[in-house]
Amino acid sequence: MEDKNSFVRQVAEKKYEFGFTTDVQTDIIDKGLSEDVVRLISQKKNEPEWLLEFRLKAFRYWLTQEAPTWGHLKMPEIDYQDISYYADPTAKKNQDAPKEIDPELMKTFDKLGIPLEERMALSGMAVDAVMDSVSVKTTFTEKLQEKGIIFCSISEAVKNHPDLVRQYLGTVVPYRDNYFAALNSAVFSDGSFVYIPKGVRCPMELSTYFRINARGTGQFERTLIVCDEDAYVSYLEGCTAPMRDENQLHAAIVEIVVMKNAEVKYSTVQNWYPGDSEGKGGVLNLVTKRGHLRGDNSRLSWTQVETGSAITWKYPSCVLSGDGSQAEFYSVAVTNNFQQADTGTKMIHLGRNTSSTIISKGISAGKSQNSYRGLVRVAPSAENARNYSSCDSLLLGSTCGAHTFPYMDAQNETAVIEHEATTSKISEDQLFYCNQRGIETEDAVGLIVNGYAKDVLNKLPMEFAVEAQKLLGVSLEGSVG
Amino acid sequence: MLEIIDLHASINGKEILKGINLTVRDGEVHALMGQNGAGKSTLSNVIVGHPSYEVTQGQILFNGKNLLEMKPEERAHEGIFLSFQQPVEIPGVSMVNFMRAALNAKRKYWGQEPLSAGDFLKLMREKRRIVELDNKLANRSVNEGFSGGEKKRNEIFQMAMLEPTLSILDETDSGLDVDALRIVAEGFNKLRTPQTSAIVITHYQRLLDYLKPDIVHVLMNGRIVKTDGPQLAAEIEKRGFDWIKEEQ
Repeated sequence: MEDKNSFVRQVAEKKYEFGFTTDVQTDIIDKGLSEDVVRLISQKKNEPEWLLEFRLKAFRYWLTQEAPTWGHLKMPEIDYQDISYYADPTAKKNQDAPKEIDPELMKTFDKLGIPLEERMALSGMAVDAVMDSVSVKTTFTEKLQEKGIIFCSISEAVKNHPDLVRQYLGTVVPYRDNYFAALNSAVFSDGSFVYIPKGVRCPMELSTYFRINARGTGQFERTLIVCDEDAYVSYLEGCTAPMRDENQLHAAIVEIVVMKNAEVKYSTVQNWYPGDSEGKGGVLNLVTKRGHLRGDNSRLSWTQVETGSAITWKYPSCVLSGDGSQAEFYSVAVTNNFQQADTGTKMIHLGRNTSSTIISKGISAGKSQNSYRGLVRVAPSAENARNYSSCDSLLLGSTCGAHTFPYMDAQNETAVIEHEATTSKISEDQLFYCNQRGIETEDAVGLIVNGYAKDVLNKLPMEFAVEAQKLLGVSLEGSVG
Repeated sequence: MLEIIDLHASINGKEILKGINLTVRDGEVHALMGQNGAGKSTLSNVIVGHPSYEVTQGQILFNGKNLLEMKPEERAHEGIFLSFQQPVEIPGVSMVNFMRAALNAKRKYWGQEPLSAGDFLKLMREKRRIVELDNKLANRSVNEGFSGGEKKRNEIFQMAMLEPTLSILDETDSGLDVDALRIVAEGFNKLRTPQTSAIVITHYQRLLDYLKPDIVHVLMNGRIVKTDGPQLAAEIEKRGFDWIKEEQ
């Protein structure tokens, strides 16, 4: 037993392999949050007046609000005055070639497996790489432009496509939506902007990689995706952060607009630093993600693999306005040690003949708490709405918790809503059976967990699925013993 | 091959094995008989290293190596296989992935490269014929939804894949109809070589008619009380165990 424990400790200490920091000259503004800070951010980004107004309205609203407490989470007190709201790692510009990227930054993304040189890049994938508050580089923009696709950082989009941004920003997640949405709307820094014009099928996967580097900063990403009529895009998001003793705040907003007959697939592999095995440090991941299926027969699917963060508070949701629109939510959430996750989705059926599917797989280990929270609402206007939800929990050990909070609200009697839920445990017998066949316990757990999560992993694009599979194994290392 | 010397073992503080001595040589098949609770399954579990059992005295040597110092997976790599009395279901894990993980773990232990996907599937096809398991098996989860007979055939299939030198069959015949018993037993016989040995735990003569053990032991109250040739099994089939008890 002692042997096993020391092994567990070893693994727990080494397991987060993205915990390094990059030594790069970073322009960080002073800690604290005020109207002046909001103005400073807007000024640093040379923003138009309307956007500053948007930020200020959000900030004033935020001041009147309090953080939500309904999550099944023990949230540490966040001192909003002790955080810096803007950190620019690209500050050190080469005077002779201002467009050149600091080699340190290139190296960082290389190390994360995200090469920023197009000739090195994964085939068929364009990347927007964001560190702290600034987009470092977006690849393949020219190639995509040939098809009329816009893929750039949101800061660039504000400069180059202000009308598009203004038309859609805040229309899916208004700043009044919730406390963290208001905060993000006031101080958001960078993120990605995607516009797929009518009838265009995006020829490559688009992806954004978020990296927190600087100490004492928060990251407030903002992503906006608009998929016009008959268009298609598959979008991937990945994220990591260094290991730090203090909590780091990540409060993001992702808005997706899907027009008539269009389809968007949004996949996330979230691997923010989860804190150490004692529960110290880690990212607070407080995120509002929502898609609006505006047009008839539009389709949106969220796929998420959540293995990181000390606290995850996140409910990628769909508003099904268009008649015949279809939404899907596939989720694997893994918690280990002292991690807490309260995650799920909302499916709001407004249009006729709309359908939604929810597949959620929670995996809890260590002393962690893992909750699924979901809402299915069928409005009086939504004739013949369909929903199928399946929420499974897998427990490893007896000191973790799994919880399911499904809410249903059907206001149209033609609605058909199905809900299934199971809770299971990896048994000693299963592990011993694997051991006897020569498979060691760590590998056996990985095998069983991947089998359990397979329905969701199958929905991920191939490159991601392999990553996610490995990640599940790593996240649970040392959880049995 | 296997040498068990004065083995004592207990579960939850209760002593079940009270001094077992047993030697299995290359190529031998030993039958282990005895009433329920005599310690037959405990002995097989202790040999493969089940964590619930505590060895309090004695040793087990396998090809000269101290088995009791090895983890269960190392014992498997060294060539010991247990056909479980009640094979457990592992939902979501396909037989293909399961067997591949097992086989490649063994290859790694012996410093060999993992098998390519193509070679592996070919091997699976070849081996499943031995126990007449159909193709669909590969895509099904480990033992999930398998009938009692399929589970036992699946055990022998795994044995065929892993090519152990010592196989322990723990009541592999229980719950099998006549045809399934024949398939399992013939499958086992096809896998026999002069270098492979087996310990067969059973209550019935029927399985032993197929497997033709060299030596039969009777286990009673944690000790081997009688050892003889194959005719002992026939006699037990006829007379039960009471006469052996009286001899004690």
